[in-house]
Amino acid sequence: MERRLGVLSRHLGSHSPPMASGNPSEMLFPSPTAGFHGDSVFANLVQAPEDPILGVTVAYNKDPSPVKVNLGVGAYRTEEGKPLVLNVVRQAEQLLVNDRSRVKEYLPITGLADFNKLSSKLIFGSDSPAIRENRVTTVQCLSGTGSLRVGAEFLAKHYHQRVIYIPHPTWGNHPKVFTLAGLSVKTYRYYDPATRGLNFQGLLEDLGSAPSGAIVLLHACAHNPTGVDPTIEQWEQIRQLMRSKALLPFFDSAYQGFASGSLDADAQPVRLFVADGGELLAAQSYAKNMGLYGERVGALSIVCKSADVAAKVESQLKLVIRPMYSNPPIHGASIVATILKDSELYREWTIELKAMADRIISMRHQLFDALRARGTPGDWTHIIKQIGMFTFTGLNTQQVAFMTQEYHIYMTSDGRISMAGLSSRTVPHLADAIHAAVTRIN
Amino acid sequence: MASTIPDEMLGPAPTSGSHGPSVFADVVQAPEDPILGVTVAYNKDPSPVKVNLGVGAYRTEEGKPLVLNVVRRAEQMLVNDGSRVKEYLPITGLADFNKLSAKLIFGVDSPAIQEKRVTTVQCLSGTGSLRVGAEFLARHYHQRTIYIPLPTWGNHPKVFALAGLFVKTYRYYDPATRGLNFQGLLEDLSAAPSGAIVLLHACAHNPTGVDPTFEQWEQIRQLMRSKTLLPFFDSAYQGFASGNLDADAQSVRLFVEDGGELLAAQSYAKNMGLYGERVGALSIVCKTADVATKVESQLKLVIRPMYSSPPIHGASIVATILKDREMYHEWTIELKAMADRIISMRHQLFEALRAKGTPGDWTHIIKQIGMFTFTGLNTEQVAFMTKEYHIYMTSDGRISMAGLSSKTIPHLADAIHEAITCVN
Repeated sequence: MERRLGVLSRHLGSHSPPMASGNPSEMLFPSPTAGFHGDSVFANLVQAPEDPILGVTVAYNKDPSPVKVNLGVGAYRTEEGKPLVLNVVRQAEQLLVNDRSRVKEYLPITGLADFNKLSSKLIFGSDSPAIRENRVTTVQCLSGTGSLRVGAEFLAKHYHQRVIYIPHPTWGNHPKVFTLAGLSVKTYRYYDPATRGLNFQGLLEDLGSAPSGAIVLLHACAHNPTGVDPTIEQWEQIRQLMRSKALLPFFDSAYQGFASGSLDADAQPVRLFVADGGELLAAQSYAKNMGLYGERVGALSIVCKSADVAAKVESQLKLVIRPMYSNPPIHGASIVATILKDSELYREWTIELKAMADRIISMRHQLFDALRARGTPGDWTHIIKQIGMFTFTGLNTQQVAFMTQEYHIYMTSDGRISMAGLSSRTVPHLADAIHAAVTRIN
Repeated sequence: MASTIPDEMLGPAPTSGSHGPSVFADVVQAPEDPILGVTVAYNKDPSPVKVNLGVGAYRTEEGKPLVLNVVRRAEQMLVNDGSRVKEYLPITGLADFNKLSAKLIFGVDSPAIQEKRVTTVQCLSGTGSLRVGAEFLARHYHQRTIYIPLPTWGNHPKVFALAGLFVKTYRYYDPATRGLNFQGLLEDLSAAPSGAIVLLHACAHNPTGVDPTFEQWEQIRQLMRSKTLLPFFDSAYQGFASGNLDADAQSVRLFVEDGGELLAAQSYAKNMGLYGERVGALSIVCKTADVATKVESQLKLVIRPMYSSPPIHGASIVATILKDREMYHEWTIELKAMADRIISMRHQLFEALRAKGTPGDWTHIIKQIGMFTFTGLNTEQVAFMTKEYHIYMTSDGRISMAGLSSKTIPHLADAIHEAITCVN
């Protein structure tokens, strides 16, 4: 308090003419116009709980054990357990930063035009009729989350149905993204714990009973957290059902190329829906497939019936973006555009991408083999059937807690493990932990 | 999965998607953003004498965008550092950047910082900081009305409305004097309900360039504290207005020093020329460290569902510069050079109008501060200047001094002169 008074008095003494009251000391004592009367206006705030997914890494970091393993956040790790910046990304970045003709001016509200065009070709296919017919509007957003949020806010403002159906389970942040955007969130059955696979019947029933026009969130591939994807035949059935009920597809595509190693294969479900001429939204992320996590690079595409509608939709998307952050960041999108537009860099990217996907698939097989070698009770084939960065182990919360406590293995409490966080070195330790958890804890 | 789609799955069918109109058929074409629309129109103009005085982005004497030397150096260092990775930042952003940003605006010796009463989170430039702060207030603050000055930056009302606040205005600009309507300001803030939020431009008011004097700021502070009005500073021009980082932060520091609470949105778009990298910070100064911790935890719940975490590149450039004494020093020199060039443009334009004997009092050109001059020209005069002289500005008569050069000032002076004498 006294220090504050001292600073205040120096301020008033050096800068201002005598005040009306005439007595300098009257300015220095707490008065009705000092700022420090009373409680904080935020005194009633409660401490928010730590984000459950990110909280895993917080806990991991605190653990001093030398054998700890972080299987929490879905960020790729090398065989040495280190983060990876792709060679092609470093090359692109060097090109950009060494180009003295480049400036840092504001991007348009919709982002880097090249990036947008190249992104929509990447997901919809370079020969997509929807693109050729100018029926697609694509806007650069902040990775997958930002694309989902902008798309959802647009729908909450302009779409007649404000309910979105999300799979059960889904990425932990999905419900809040949609709720804060102004949509109501409902779920459709998705994961079958009994088979550790898709509850296809339940999915069809729940979408079948959704109100006409409802929005439906679909994971384009490598479902997070389960790793369970529909087959292409099941996707076709889902498509037919959704179109017959005029349900609006909203794809979340965070793993294109990362799931199977093939960019085209991983985009099949999205392209299936585009090919029938209908409308949809698609949120793309380059966090995983280009390793650009912290640069926050993504795109929202809206496929419309006509070019005219697409132009109007784009103009309204700007009204969502401008009051949120004005325009998107230039650096990450420039890296992506540099790579996508250069055939040599693009090719190199596909090779590095496949290497990441292959390493993850290899970890799946190694873990499966390790559990089989230990004779761990249960059917563990889901480890090699599930696809993408995560395995939904089927372990319950007690087993998870046991593995963390006794083996210093960190994962989300739903039993989801990030395969990218494993290495040949750590697979045995994980297998031991799973074995102990399954045999000792029920 | 099959790599091609079988033929029977293609083509219109009852379950094809191509029946019926678009579900977005009723969406109307939104009007172009008025400020950005100026540049759109400018770009379309083929005239060789066209001048863009629209968007507030700095231009050199040669009319070119500027990337600061110190920014290029910092960027080279970062990109050449093979040990750097691109992992997700925490939700609240780059920790170093946050600490350094708080010190920059509040002062390195700020008691609020020393007492850990400040939470600072990295956001997307000024806009993102305002939006996150406003969403936080809409959720957690008891009063959901924010008072904004009339006029203010065109995007302010939408930022606050979409965040869930109700927007009211307080008198600010006096067209008669082209200065501050201080009496009106005090009256309107006095009449505001207790606890209302008040948006304050920390310096270089946009669009008018009219700032309160330090004494007036002290009166505003006293009034606001006596009515427990909550200050929300928008600081987009620190160092850019006067050329001095500390001087441009005086208004904010005055409020911090009385021990009270406030919000402050900082942007590095102009003062570090980092426009497109979207670098900024939101700080909330609280009564206690305990409250600051809780506030920070709740800010995360605003950010995570919006974009999860902020972008790493621009904030890393800022942190690199702010933490290195030599680079910081170089930055202040480059910053002052930009501010000085703008002040020089003000004087040149004023002199040019005086030399022409253009009717009216043009001293506001040299009294106003920052990137913009509120010329006082009306919409007809503005339209005339665009049509006849290919001079582009926002319809409220705001011109960006940063868009001028010694070469283009005569042309602008001619245009103003003719607009004043021929158009009313």
